[in-house]
Amino acid sequence: MRFNLIGLLLLAFSQLAWPAAKIEHWQTAQGSRVYYVRTAGLPMVDVRVVFDAGSARDGSQFGVAALTSALLDSGAGDWSADDIAQRFESVGAQYSAGVSEDMAWLSIRSLTEKPLLEKALATFETVLSRPAFREDDFQREKARTLAGLKHREESPGELASIAFGKALYGEHPYAHPETGIVQTVAGFSADDLKTFYQTYYVAANAIVVIVGDVSREQAEQTANQVLGKLPVGSKPADIPPVTMPSQASTQHIEFPSTQTHVLVGLPGTYRKDPDYFALYVGNHILGGGSMVSRLFEEVREKRGLAYGAYSVFAPLYRQGPFMMSLQTRNDQTEQALGVLRKTFADFLAQGPTEQELTAAKRNITGGFAMRFDTNSKLSDYVAMIGFYQQPLDYLDTFQTNVEAVTIEQIKDAFKRRVKPELLQTVTVGQKS
Amino acid sequence: MKHRLAALALLCPVVLAHAEDSKVYEHVFANGLKLLVKEDHRSPVVVSQVWYKVGSSYEPGGITGISHMLEHMMFKGTEKYPAGEFSRIIAENGGSENAFTGQDYTAYFQTLEKSRLEISFKLESDRMRNLNLKAEELKKELEVVTEERRMRTDDQPRAKVHEQFMAAAFTNSPYQNPVIGWPSDIANYQIEDLQAWYQKWYAPNNATLVVVGDVDAKQVEKLAEQYFAPLQPSTIKPVKPQAESEQRGVRRITVKAPAKLPYLMMGYKVPVLNSAKPEWEAYALEVLAGVLDGGDSARLPARLIRGKQIAVSAGAGYDLTSRLPELFLLEGTPADGKTVFDLEYALLDEVYQLKNELIGKDELQRIKAQVLASSVYQKDSNFYQAMQLGTLETVGLGWQRADEYVAKINQVTAEQVREVARKYLIEDTLTVAYLDPQPITEAAKPKKLTGVHHAF
Repeated sequence: MRFNLIGLLLLAFSQLAWPAAKIEHWQTAQGSRVYYVRTAGLPMVDVRVVFDAGSARDGSQFGVAALTSALLDSGAGDWSADDIAQRFESVGAQYSAGVSEDMAWLSIRSLTEKPLLEKALATFETVLSRPAFREDDFQREKARTLAGLKHREESPGELASIAFGKALYGEHPYAHPETGIVQTVAGFSADDLKTFYQTYYVAANAIVVIVGDVSREQAEQTANQVLGKLPVGSKPADIPPVTMPSQASTQHIEFPSTQTHVLVGLPGTYRKDPDYFALYVGNHILGGGSMVSRLFEEVREKRGLAYGAYSVFAPLYRQGPFMMSLQTRNDQTEQALGVLRKTFADFLAQGPTEQELTAAKRNITGGFAMRFDTNSKLSDYVAMIGFYQQPLDYLDTFQTNVEAVTIEQIKDAFKRRVKPELLQTVTVGQKS
Repeated sequence: MKHRLAALALLCPVVLAHAEDSKVYEHVFANGLKLLVKEDHRSPVVVSQVWYKVGSSYEPGGITGISHMLEHMMFKGTEKYPAGEFSRIIAENGGSENAFTGQDYTAYFQTLEKSRLEISFKLESDRMRNLNLKAEELKKELEVVTEERRMRTDDQPRAKVHEQFMAAAFTNSPYQNPVIGWPSDIANYQIEDLQAWYQKWYAPNNATLVVVGDVDAKQVEKLAEQYFAPLQPSTIKPVKPQAESEQRGVRRITVKAPAKLPYLMMGYKVPVLNSAKPEWEAYALEVLAGVLDGGDSARLPARLIRGKQIAVSAGAGYDLTSRLPELFLLEGTPADGKTVFDLEYALLDEVYQLKNELIGKDELQRIKAQVLASSVYQKDSNFYQAMQLGTLETVGLGWQRADEYVAKINQVTAEQVREVARKYLIEDTLTVAYLDPQPITEAAKPKKLTGVHHAF
């Protein structure tokens, strides 16, 4: 029962695909890139289609990408939302769709037994290529999204994250929350979604990821089937570069909570960043390691100031956020923020010790097999590699890249990339 | 068409073989520790979990949440491995680790590359008997747990509703208490309380060691023999039954909290596998939950969210593997312009229909197809498989139940679903909780202090 499990900091484990996955790659006739990994052992397959159609493509209509994605299975071809759900679920297939800043994806998990898979794929193909965007479905899903946006305002953590995005990115398309804001979503019409769909859900802007117990031939057929009815279209223009904030800022939002949520950071790293591995390994030591890191040690283990104290680089097509975070009792906010800032400043000034670097490398490389030991996790990696056009041997060279990082590289990369005089700080809670 | 396909899924021998094929290796050591190993060679990794038969439902008043507090203290060191060493060693070996506490169990786990399983055994066997509980560590960790409670419950309106709802629904069953504990109890733990709780429950004869992954069961047994077999057992006194006294009449509560949306939670007292007589009632309740909320084609999404548009979210929940009788839950958020009372009425109407009409053949087939498919999908994860075995063993059902699940669900009939609805979804054992949203003080425009440079 979802309310009864507590104490989990992270939950991400299990199995599949070793030695490092063999990714096969080709293009469909319409120019979509296909990425396929055969995994044997279980009669199941995951098929995911990813478009460059995330919230960064919203333009001024914040939330239009997310609502478009939510509408796809609410009616397609001659089928209603009920028909679609019944078609998937009668064969035990699991459909999902969603958006991030960069991506919009649809995925299906199905058994590979032929009649079951065929019905699942036929439904998937229709949802993907013939969504109806009918007015009543649109109105209903819009109302649900608006309720979700209101619900978000109950959470100090969510409010902090929204303010943080705005502080880091200003007018850049990464600035707004993926689900949009009430003011924009309330003004959408079904036609807005249709237009967005027609512009971005096209073959030239799609990749397909297939992971599971299907042959190469089946994978080719599947890719052709799910994308075959999409117009070719064209790729959208590049997402504009990120402009760094010009100076540091601190803002507080008053909220009637017992804790204050603290976020500190800057635009950080991107997927093809030459500094990526130095920043990634460095951050593992600073605050990325789940139960062993400087922030965890200083904030939680030594002082008991918070349950969670972490830092993360979230790489995107452009610089995604670098974020240090904690939540603490309102009256301890200044103290906790002081510890966080000092921990970061010390790390920036001295870099990691030789011992810390060795330990971090051992953790990352020693746990390498667990990064893609299930079809689910492997699909995530392959989608990342395909979408961001990383080398196909990304997983094979990952450990070497981690091993090669030096203390000097970490210090140098952090100094150049995370300038303390530009850090953005957001606090949400009650000022005591 | 869809009936034929679902039936096909049920007959397909390849799929069925995967659904049933679990091959669990069991061994009980002389000191009472039970070892369960499931080999899965798809990836060179292993998960190791130690499950203790203790959780919040074992706790007396005054020290609620102590199982969870002890879970935190288990990372604070032994003579051999002082505070921080456990996590440092696991991390250096590329491992991931953590722990979780529920109503009926406390469990610790590590996930490692397969050759490093011994590290997990060495450390877990040590802290099973040799924990070094220190007052000064408790003082700090108590603050951490208090922050955890603020984050998970105090600042989350719906979690608060759930907490009050459980406290109202159960009169004397220990399920009335939150897993994390009541604030006053958390604030007053003494190191002696932790010491006593540790002595009382942490022993090989009160634990199950579950290992799933790319291992050889016999070798795992040898390794476990080396590290766990020498541990001394304890005398474990059985926990008192604390059988819930009978509820005669609906209970309604309101919880006020700063929130933007109203919210409704309802629960009926129902049996679980441990208590159901006959046993099929628990499986029928499981199917009933599937009829209402087993996917997007289920009744709550199809009828309340889409059809009547009375809710923006609605769900049903039932956990048949609880140790003690549970609640069958219904919950949801009313749509704009609807109230919690409209939603309650609509949910009650769904219950009424379940009592008066048989569910459709297609609904039953759909649930059976989903259960079968899920049993395959779940095998994608070692962790999930280990969780399943650990839970079943720890609540006293036995891991063998995992293998029976698909077959037992398959035997459920529409008549049985109607029968459990009539027998258990009755107003006399119902509890209802409403979230009454209080205004969130509108933040005066966020104060932005631009250009403030901080001394780093």
